[in-house]
Amino acid sequence: MNAHPPLFEVRDLRVAFGRNGTFAEAVRGISLHVDHGEVLGIVGESGSGKSVGMLAALGLQPEGARVSGSVRFKGRELVGLPRRDLRELRGSRIAMIFQDPLSSLNPVMTIGAQISEAVHLHNPDLSRRAVIDRARDLLALVAIPQPDRRLHQYPHEFSGGMRQRVMIAMAVANDPDLLIADEPTTALDVTVQAQIMDVLADLQARLKLGLVLITHDLGVLAGHADRVAVVYAGEVVEQAGVDDLFARPGHPYTRGLIASIPDMTAQKDRLFSIEGTPPALGRLPAGCAFNPRCVNAQEICRHQAPPTLRRGDHSAACHFAFAGTESAA
Amino acid sequence: MIRYILRRLIAMPFLVLGIVTLAFLLTSVTKGDPLTAIVSDRQMNNPEVVAAAKARWGLDRSLPERYAIYVGNLVQGDMGTSFITRRPVAQDVMFRLPATMELVTAAMIVGATIGISLGVLAAYFRNTVIDHTARLFALFGSSIPVFWLGLALLYVFSVQWGVLPGPGRLDARATPPTTITGFMTIDTLLAGDIRLFLDAVWHLILPAFVLGWAVAGTISRLVRANMLEILSRDFILTARAKGAGEFRVVIRHALRNTLVPTLTVIGYSFAYLLTGAVLTETIFSWPGMGSYAVEAARGLDFPAIIGVTIVGGIIFLVVNLLTDIAYVIANPRVRLG
Repeated sequence: MNAHPPLFEVRDLRVAFGRNGTFAEAVRGISLHVDHGEVLGIVGESGSGKSVGMLAALGLQPEGARVSGSVRFKGRELVGLPRRDLRELRGSRIAMIFQDPLSSLNPVMTIGAQISEAVHLHNPDLSRRAVIDRARDLLALVAIPQPDRRLHQYPHEFSGGMRQRVMIAMAVANDPDLLIADEPTTALDVTVQAQIMDVLADLQARLKLGLVLITHDLGVLAGHADRVAVVYAGEVVEQAGVDDLFARPGHPYTRGLIASIPDMTAQKDRLFSIEGTPPALGRLPAGCAFNPRCVNAQEICRHQAPPTLRRGDHSAACHFAFAGTESAA
Repeated sequence: MIRYILRRLIAMPFLVLGIVTLAFLLTSVTKGDPLTAIVSDRQMNNPEVVAAAKARWGLDRSLPERYAIYVGNLVQGDMGTSFITRRPVAQDVMFRLPATMELVTAAMIVGATIGISLGVLAAYFRNTVIDHTARLFALFGSSIPVFWLGLALLYVFSVQWGVLPGPGRLDARATPPTTITGFMTIDTLLAGDIRLFLDAVWHLILPAFVLGWAVAGTISRLVRANMLEILSRDFILTARAKGAGEFRVVIRHALRNTLVPTLTVIGYSFAYLLTGAVLTETIFSWPGMGSYAVEAARGLDFPAIIGVTIVGGIIFLVVNLLTDIAYVIANPRVRLG
């Protein structure tokens, strides 16, 4: 394709946790990429390894976790990079925001101090005055009213939505190239979720951010993502452009997720849900990891791990991924 | 905030009155007869002398009467006269209080510094050799009795190795500076004598460490537990995601959050230090309130016993108030009307 390496490229990323001498993989070889200014949605159930994988990509995995594979940022390998170099990238070129904005902010530091810290860490020569000015501008950027007054307040004086705006302000403090948003709206009131997504989408477009949007809600991605990676049991089971994915889902898990989105127009008594639960860490079924929950599971699914089938930019890890879609289309 | 402090200050006199009453009543229910402290054994059989002594010290009055007189005098700053020293108790206490405060403050600084450092290290390097060593050190501190530790360290460091001085606040041959604050370290500085100042600090090290170790143990265990909890919080991840280094993460983000419970424990350990000072002062010939209290108790010197109890109680009240105020300042989530 083009000569430029993608902004962010993950290849065969594996994260394993040790317990009593044995290691169990929570992330089992994830591969994905994000280009400049692109929004990649990562969707999956809780515990599917989507958050752990992205944290590990930045060297923020929990203590004792074993990380292997390759993570390249602008062509530079991050796995095995010295801590100092990783630290320089974090918060400056690559930023993150997390699910719960209350617990993600330090309760005993003012909002101003926390945003200023993000600025100061990567601009140590900037004067105090300039750092505070920048912090105020950032609050204004995420549409927080009265930023001057707000700078001196503590997280508990902010509402949930306002706190997440603060997190976003902190994340974009140094004009990053890549923003990883881990379930940014999950902990918020439904009414506020849309506002926060708007703030994120607006900043993404304005700052031309590469955005990785981790969520368990496919519905969020429909409006905001360019491409979607579906993660199940530590693996990417399907990856496609967002329209393609919704129109022609190749993996039965994706079809289940799409069917689970509540449809306001349909006259149904019950919401659809995928039967069963994801496999526990280290207790994978033989064959396809999804086979015990799959409505179409055949004999082969119980014995043989599926290959990743491709059709253009669309890939899916299922023995029957694109079977019959030609005739349907 | 101001209103909260005012409210606490208004409650203060009532609490003090409670302490005074308790201290007074406790001495009146003890078995010992104060007359034995006043009148010599030989004179005990002489009814005239006994009657005179009773009248002189007011022991012929009823308990409520004595209580009323005592409180009346106390309001004017008069704590009675010591049976033993024959000096006003208030004067004795004021003379000895600074020595104790200097020792307790030094012990507090030692205890808090060691305790917080060990707690942070143990939590950050949990389940490593550093953690186990720190926890063992803490365990020793809180389980070894002060009198044993004091004697053992005095023997090793002073007698055997001679690296630290023996008991006392200054070298026996040195001329003490003019008493201004009663704090030897401050008075020597005020006198402009650096050598004497260093000598005073030198003499403080052992007793302060003996007294502070136990506090260090308590503080380090609390700091470790709190740090472990805080280090697993999301905002620690945020700080790392911002690109903060580990030192900054631990000190600025984690330790600041453990400050609130730590302050409380430091404040409350003051009571332990005051009582621990009694033994430490006795071992190190420290002319403070503790050794005064021991002498008073031994000699059934009731005015002195009551005086020491009241002053100790008031110090504890004040420290508690200061702790609570510091708690409010350190914790932005507490808002008081």
